[in-house]
This record gives sequence, C-alpha cells and structure tokens, in this order.
Amino acid sequence: MINQTIAPSVTTNVNNTQHPSSCKTKNSLSGISVKLEKESGQREVFCGLTGIVWLHRKMKDAFFLVVGSRTCAHLIQSAAGVMIFAEPRFGTAIIDERDLAGLADVNDELERVVTDLLACRPDIKTLFLVGSCPSEVIKLDLARSAEKLSEKYLDQGIKVLNYSGSGIETTFTEGEDACLTTLASNLIKKTNNPTDSCDLLVVGALADIVEDQMRRIFDDMGLKKVTFFPPDSTKEDVLISPQTKFILAQPFLSETSKELERVGLERIPALFPFGAEGTKDWFMMAGRAFGIEDTRISSAIGPAYKRATDVVKKFRDVFSGKRFFFFPDSQLEISLARFFSNELGAVLEEVGTPYLNKGLLQKELSSLPTGTLVTEGQNVEEQLQRCFKAKPDLTVCGLGLANPLEAKDISTKWSIELVFSPIHGFEQVSELLSIFAKPSLRRQKLDFSVSSHEESFL
Amino acid sequence: MKLTLWTYEGPPHIGAMRVATAMKDVHYVLHAPQGDTYADLLFTMIERLPYRPPVTYSTFKAQDLGKDTAVLFKNAVADAYQRFKPNAILVGASCTAELIQDDPGGLGEALNLPIPVIPLELPAYQKKENWGSAETFYQVVRCLNNDNEEVPEKNPLTCNILGPSALGFRHKDDVKEISTLLESLGLKINVIAPLGASVSDIKDLKKAAFNVLLYPETGRLVAEYLFKKFGQPHTKTFPYGVSGTKKFISEICQIAGIEKDLSKIQTFFNKSNKSEWYSRSVDSNYLTNKRVFIFGDATHVIGAAHVAKKELGFDVVGVGTYSREFAREVRSLGEEFKVDALITDDYLQVEKEIKRLQPELILGSQMERHIAKKLNIASAVISAPMHVQDFPCRYSPQLGFEGANVLFDTWIHPLIMGLEEHLLTMFRDDFEFNDETVASHLASEHKIDKEGKKISVSGTESIEIGLVWETDAEKELKKIPFFVRGKAKKNTEKFAVEKGYKKISIGTLYDAKAHYAR
Repeated sequence: MINQTIAPSVTTNVNNTQHPSSCKTKNSLSGISVKLEKESGQREVFCGLTGIVWLHRKMKDAFFLVVGSRTCAHLIQSAAGVMIFAEPRFGTAIIDERDLAGLADVNDELERVVTDLLACRPDIKTLFLVGSCPSEVIKLDLARSAEKLSEKYLDQGIKVLNYSGSGIETTFTEGEDACLTTLASNLIKKTNNPTDSCDLLVVGALADIVEDQMRRIFDDMGLKKVTFFPPDSTKEDVLISPQTKFILAQPFLSETSKELERVGLERIPALFPFGAEGTKDWFMMAGRAFGIEDTRISSAIGPAYKRATDVVKKFRDVFSGKRFFFFPDSQLEISLARFFSNELGAVLEEVGTPYLNKGLLQKELSSLPTGTLVTEGQNVEEQLQRCFKAKPDLTVCGLGLANPLEAKDISTKWSIELVFSPIHGFEQVSELLSIFAKPSLRRQKLDFSVSSHEESFL
Repeated sequence: MKLTLWTYEGPPHIGAMRVATAMKDVHYVLHAPQGDTYADLLFTMIERLPYRPPVTYSTFKAQDLGKDTAVLFKNAVADAYQRFKPNAILVGASCTAELIQDDPGGLGEALNLPIPVIPLELPAYQKKENWGSAETFYQVVRCLNNDNEEVPEKNPLTCNILGPSALGFRHKDDVKEISTLLESLGLKINVIAPLGASVSDIKDLKKAAFNVLLYPETGRLVAEYLFKKFGQPHTKTFPYGVSGTKKFISEICQIAGIEKDLSKIQTFFNKSNKSEWYSRSVDSNYLTNKRVFIFGDATHVIGAAHVAKKELGFDVVGVGTYSREFAREVRSLGEEFKVDALITDDYLQVEKEIKRLQPELILGSQMERHIAKKLNIASAVISAPMHVQDFPCRYSPQLGFEGANVLFDTWIHPLIMGLEEHLLTMFRDDFEFNDETVASHLASEHKIDKEGKKISVSGTESIEIGLVWETDAEKELKKIPFFVRGKAKKNTEKFAVEKGYKKISIGTLYDAKAHYAR
C-alpha cells in the first residue's frame, strides 16, 4: 500500500454500500490543480506478481519463486504469454491440500522445493520467495523462511530474499516496488570511503540500452559514479556514502523510495524521464543536485534532447487535439498523460491510476493541465460507462479490456507494452510515440471498402 | 507443495469461466482478489472474443480480510444482477477466497434474487481447469433441471451436442462440422451446450432423444446425469479422423434407430473428404513409419494416435496426457499401441521423454510446440492449452470428414515433404543442403544460439556416455542427412550399448542401420 507522504486531502465516503464506487472530493494541494477522485469497486488490473516477467530479465542471476496457487502460476504464464519458453528463471511452488490440511509442514515443503530447485540451477545467486494472496491469507512467514534458507546457502553464496507480489497487497508495478525495497535493504551498504561509493543511484528497472544511454549523458555532465538499481547482477553490494543521492526512474517506487530515505539517502525530485521535456527535467534535476551548472547539463543532453524534440514535432499532428482516456494499470499513467498533453497537445479525458503517491508525483501532477480528471482506484463498470460516453480517440487499458473496447470502435493501447518495451529517456521517445501512434495509423490504413470506381467492375 | 514452471491447465475457476463465457445469459460472480482478473485476457486476447467474459470479481484487499469480504461479495452479486440482468448467476470462490470461507453460495442465495443462483464448489488446491469446467457444466444442468421431473415425449431423431465451451480447441468449428453431419443423417439438433446455450436451452435438454458427447473433458458428467435423470443415452465415439467419423456415424444410426444409408453416407464422404486419397497418393510414401509422439488432453490424444497410425501410417512412439482424470483411458491406449503412456502435468518430464524418444513429429499442445521448437523437431498442435494462433481465422475443424482433411494438412506440412526428402538425399553434398540450411518453409528453425552456432539435437556429439566414435565412423555419420542424423546416431549408440561395444566404427554404424531397418 502506498504511503501518502502528504496528508491525504481526500475523505472517504464510508457509507458506500449503495454505491460501492464513487466517493468524490476535490483536492487542495498547493500547485496541483487537477480534479482528484477516488473510486472503489471491481478492478481490472494485474497483481504484483506480473512484475516478475520483466524483473527476472533484468536481474540475470535471480530466480523468482512464487509461493502460491495454480492461479498464480497461470497468471504469470498468461501475462508472459508472448515469451520464449526457455527454462524460465521463475516458477511457482504450488500450495496443495496436503499443505493446507496440515498433513505436510509448509515450511519443510518449501525448503524441499527450494533445495531441489537450487540443486539443478547453479546459475542462481539470489532467490526471491514471492508472497501471493494464498500465502498471505494462510499467514505463511516467508521472511522467516528466507532467513533460514539464507543461512543454509550462505556457504554457496546464494541469497534468499522475500517480498509480496500478492493481489491483496499489490497492483501490477507495485510488485517491482516491493521487490526493490527488499533488494535495497539487502544490497545497499554504507561505506565511509567515498571513492568506493556511487554519487548517484538511479532507481527502477530499465532496459540495458536505456541505462547505457543515460550513463553516457551523466558521463558528459561529469557525473562519473552512477549506479543503476536494480543491478544486472545481484552478487555485488551497492555501496553508498552520506553524499549519495538517488533519483527514481519509475513513478511507482514509493516503498523503495521510503527505504532509501530511511538509510539516509536524499531523493532528487523531478519529472519522470518520459518524453523530451520529462527526460530533460530529470537530467537537469539530477545534475543540479550535484552542483553541476545548467550550461554543462544542457550541453550534455543537447544532441539527444534535440533528437527527441524533433521526433515529438513529427508526431504532433498525429496526437494534437486527440482525446486520451487512461484506465488505471501500470501507474505510469500520470507521467504519460503529462507527456502527451504537454508535448503533443493531446486532451486528457480521464487519467486513471491504481494508486497515487502525491508526494512522488507532485511535480507530475502540477504539470498536468488545470482541471484534468485524475481517478485513483477503480470501479471498472462505471469507468467503462464513462469511457463509452467520452468516445476517446485513444484508450490506454489492460489486455482484458482492449479487444472488447476495439469491438465497440474505441481505439486502444495495451498498457502492458509500456512495461515490457524500453520507453524511458530521449532516444526512446520515438518508441513511445510509435507505440501510441500505431493504433490510429493502423485504423487509417485498413480499408475493406470498395471504391465507386472499383464498384463499376463488380 | 510442488514446483511448477509452466502449467497445462489453469485453476478450476478458469474452467467455470469457460462454461459461463460459452453461455448466452448467465453471469459468474467470483469471490477473488484483483489479480485474478487476468483471466479475462485468456478470452479477449487468445480467443479474441470481442466482448468481456460475463464475470464479476469481488476484488477484496488485505484490509478487507476479517472485516467485510462477505459484504463485498454480496454487493458484487447484487450489482452484477442489476447491471447485467442475467437469467442465472453462478457464484463461487477462487483459490484465495476459498481460504477465507465466506460461503459464496449462501451469500448469493440470501439475496433472494428472482433468478436461479447456482453455487460452485471448485476446490482450487486439488482440482484443475478441465475438472472445473465439467463440474460447472454439471451444476448448471443439475440446478436448472432439479424441479424438472417429468420426462417429455421425445422425437427419436433429436439430439443435443454436449461439451463445447469457450476457449476450447476448435470447438466452434467442430460444432458446425458435426451439426452438418448430424443434419445430413436426418437428425434434428435440440440444444448445443454449453456453447451458445441459454438458461432456457439448458431446461430444454431433456427434450432430445439422446446426447452427442463431443468432449468428455467438459461434458461427461452431464451426459451421465442426463442418462440417469431423463434416460438419454450418449455417444462414446470421438468423430476424429476418417474411421473415427465413420464409427461415429454407425453409433449415431444405432442410437437413433435409423437405417444406415450407406450410399448416402458414401456420397457425403466423397464430397467432403480428401485425406484418405492424399494419404494413399505416392508422395505420402515418405510418411510411412515417421516417428510421432503425441501428448495433450486425453480425448484428442486417443483420437490422434489412431489417425496417426492407421490413416497416415506413422509409427506412434509415445503417448501421454496431462489430464489425470483420464489417465486410465490413455494408459489403455498405451497398452494398445505397446508404448508407455506418460501421465504428467510437468512439462519438463514431457521434454525429457521427447528427447529420449527422438520423434520426427510431435503432436501436442502449445507447450509441446515450444519444446519442439527448442529441439528443432516438427510439430503440430492438436489440443489445449492454446495460443492465439490456435484460433485460426479460417474454418478449420478437427472433427468429421473435413476435420480429417485439416488434420492431414496441419500434421503433414511441418514435415519435409516426400519429394523434397528425396531430393535432399540426392543433393546432400551440395552447399544448399548442409546442416546450416533448413527447409525453406521451416523459417522458425533458423535459430542461432548465443555462441552463434545453430541449436541442434542432430549434431554428432555423443549422447551415450562412455562411447567413442571412431573418426571414420563420425565422418560417415556426418554424411547422413542432418534431419535423420540424430536418429541414426541414437540408434547406433543404442545398438552399441546393447552389444557392449566401447567404440563405434563404420561397421557398427551400418550394423545398426541394418538392425533398425523397417
């Protein structure tokens, strides 16, 4: 659950049995002029387990073992449906009736599964035990299991960590947040020797190519000691000193951010690196935090920023005046809405987000046009009605809703693509725009009609 | 507790969704946390349904536990009724809700809705998807026919079709094909269920004289219930392949008491089937004794084994199923074919078996297709679980005479065609026909591994430990076309081990070749 770092200005309507959905209020945060609404009811979102699909690809020596049910296994498999069936670095320890009936000791069973697994996977350096809805409901203490197993595998240099990806605790990208929180508390170590430590910690799973591009820019700015978190390999510690600061690359890392602040790291607030302006602000704020002059930062980002703004110009016609509707899903909605509205001239009908951390997103929220409707939470039936009524030009939604909306002639973009493909930074602005332009370009291109000229030959 | 990397079947509530989604006017309210909504995408993305499955998820969170999850569920049922106005509501729990024991059935009933509320008890920690669909279909039929005691006068020429569901392997096309076949025999189809059936259709099931049970995985329980309750017999033949379909026709004629009009059936057959002639044509000679491994749901595996052996002349080297409910049937198939039947839902075990058997063709589910791709073996999908590409745009039934044509095409195309195989042998030393070049239509096999080498199980590295290939023998082995080299190597090594040899010479290679000649 996201911790509101700013006192919530939203009052909840307790008497909601009649209408499980709407409890509306206006928000009065300074600098934020959007219309914030909260909604509850049926959701159409993934749970935090989904994050395993991209996290396991990022951390190449980690294995993610969900302790859960057949549903958990089926969910990850279905969400990862497009993936190659290699020997995956994730799996599910499926709890069965023997475990529930107490015929088998669940902790012993888990230890047995882990032992078997690690015996045939010598490449694994970190094992994540991932909590699920069932494991949480039966109150399985995965932290204790992880601790016990860590001791057992200490000699072999294998770490066993745990986090929750359960649907009763986490939505979609919150799984990454929970995973990184655990990893941070385990991997990040303080040192008093500033030569060993990093200056800047960039937090959030990014594609390798994006990290490389960012590193080159930081290098040009004179920021040489930049560490990306999570690292490719979980073997080595991430060293920090009192001078180290961190910047988030993903907007959904509330708990990770809190953990890093807890160990004494200062967070650099900025827009998130989506679009030309968001990325520019991100680099500017990072540079300024280390006292780098604006001119030097500008010259470091110069060529890439120009490329990005050129691409944006090319796509302006495609998006200008187009009405967007975001269903809540990845928590990238607000940053993306800001990009499409401010840089491309899109109109925001509604920006849904499963959770809203007003602290981390303050700058994003205050960059949205006055009066933008931002809904936190979901009542999917009500939201669909609003979507049908608004008839937006582009709707960003989960996979379950996309085809049914298309069948009603509402153009859609699946939000899951946004977490699987690299969209951060200057050079990915073109990818980001192509992803969103494709639905409308395709609609323009498809033509099943017969022209009157052709008709005369029929 | 069991480690699972990939699963063949989802949890049982997915089976319930397949029944609810197949039907016209029911709604399923599932007590479940938010993540369980992923199940919608199976229907909207894989099957490309243009509408959402008729399912409402109660969406409880950690903070609701121990407080008002039951109220949440009750409200979800009431809301779903108001919004969707279904003619029956199914209520049940997913794996997590099963643990909190809110009694969805009781809560649903307590609302006193003017429509039937059908409680589903689907034990998520014991059972799986197919069991869930069979049980759901059964509960729907039982609850809607409970107070329905009188058995009406039946027209002997009417039947129901039982079993087809949403997300079924070619169910829609099969229903069309079998309906046409039944109608051509002079039968009237009363109800098709669950696919396309309404609540009132379910109440009308009893009006038919007998049932055509297409997919026992979903429909067997219902067929047995209807026999007991209304005395309707049901078919036991799976109309798969030419002879399967012919047997099916005989069975139908017998149950319906119609005289088999052989000339009419022959005309129908001639008009609709080509696979028999294709299989007899000279090009198909090369199909003789192709080694095939078959794995999937029991019904399709049993059908496919017979077609593979008798209608295509393949050599069935292994069969298996992931459905434990039908283990007995597949075991007896194994006995009939004198092969071991593999009963497992562990895909790694299936992969191991495939590696051991070195088949030339794998008929399986989407999982086996992936294994085949990895091992560079030809494959075709014959069973669920499926991928989006297993819902083809064109009409492609698996059942009936047209289905037999489809089987011929889809199983044969992944193989190297007869004439092509002949040419490859003639020109095998030409540069186009070296190991790095695969048949042009097998584009997917142009796979390069990390070291830049082609991934191949047909290489010459020895599989058996403790055996040494003499240089001459290894050279000779490399002259054997790459697509049969794996088999030749394996046979030679097996032969050498049996004979107690430590080294393999050219002589051993040819001795083995003679030994295994067929």
